[in-house]
Amino acid sequence: MLTSRALVRGLKSGFWRPLSSTSSVQAAHGKDMSPDVLDPSVQQYNNRLDTPLSDVPFVRNLNSEQRQLKEKEKGPWTKLTKEEKIALYRLTHELTYPEMRRGSSEWKTVLGGVFIFLGFSGMLVWWQRIFVFGEVPHTLSDEWVEKQTQRMIDMRINPVGGFAYHWDYVKKQWK
Amino acid sequence: FSPVGKMFRAVVRLSTSGVRSLARIRPCYSAPLASRCYSHAKVETDEEFDARWVTYFSKPDIDAWELKKGMNTLIGYDLVPEAKILDSALRACRRLNDLASAIRILEAVKDKSGPHKDIYPYLIQELQPTLIELGISTPEDLGMDKL
Repeated sequence: MLTSRALVRGLKSGFWRPLSSTSSVQAAHGKDMSPDVLDPSVQQYNNRLDTPLSDVPFVRNLNSEQRQLKEKEKGPWTKLTKEEKIALYRLTHELTYPEMRRGSSEWKTVLGGVFIFLGFSGMLVWWQRIFVFGEVPHTLSDEWVEKQTQRMIDMRINPVGGFAYHWDYVKKQWK
Repeated sequence: FSPVGKMFRAVVRLSTSGVRSLARIRPCYSAPLASRCYSHAKVETDEEFDARWVTYFSKPDIDAWELKKGMNTLIGYDLVPEAKILDSALRACRRLNDLASAIRILEAVKDKSGPHKDIYPYLIQELQPTLIELGISTPEDLGMDKL
């Protein structure tokens, strides 16, 4: 009882620690990795095609370099270099529209997985055919089927629209 | 009762192929004698719509929230905004010292045009004086239209 409780506590701290982000990761990203992210009453950044301007900028905690750039933004924009403009965009937005629209190659993984499992099932069926099923009844052998067919023709099975209809009794062949 | 004149429903949507003008849904034909409107509400003309939005973004002390709200609402409509509305919005960005939003607006408008690839170049052409004046680079200039 005591050992299991200690085990659980040990597991909790050892297992969940790497999943929670460290403060350095939190500071770098604008996105809060804290429980805030799960709190719908706190504004979040989102990448949405139908909402070009998100509630909060992507990077909220600016370092001094970024703050300097923001100051420069207050002046004429003609003085900003292309890199600075891109940097300013990336501070406020995580993804550009083309990046948001970009698809993934996940479908290849999915299709590959489907084929693998189908193939595996096929393997099982094949193995079953060889090692599990017994011999096929003798009434399905070619010899038997020949004699059977001849008998059916002689008996004129379904002469109107069925079996014997397709046999030409004059020329002694199938029509 | 006027025996003459069936109401002519001119519904021009962006989704109709081959539409080159920036037109919108017109539930009623805006004729001087709107005798057969099925609703008593006054229908806003395109000019009124544009003027309303230009005025919205022209507010001198517009705040960031109002800009965001305006832009997000405008993009939500089934239309591509006219150049004058976008001009007003870009100037609002300038007042708010927000270059990122200005570039984002251009991206959004290009995305909004969908399959009609000729709308965006036309708008950029119309906005060129403003873009040069304010120093806004288009996403193409910054290489952000490619992945």
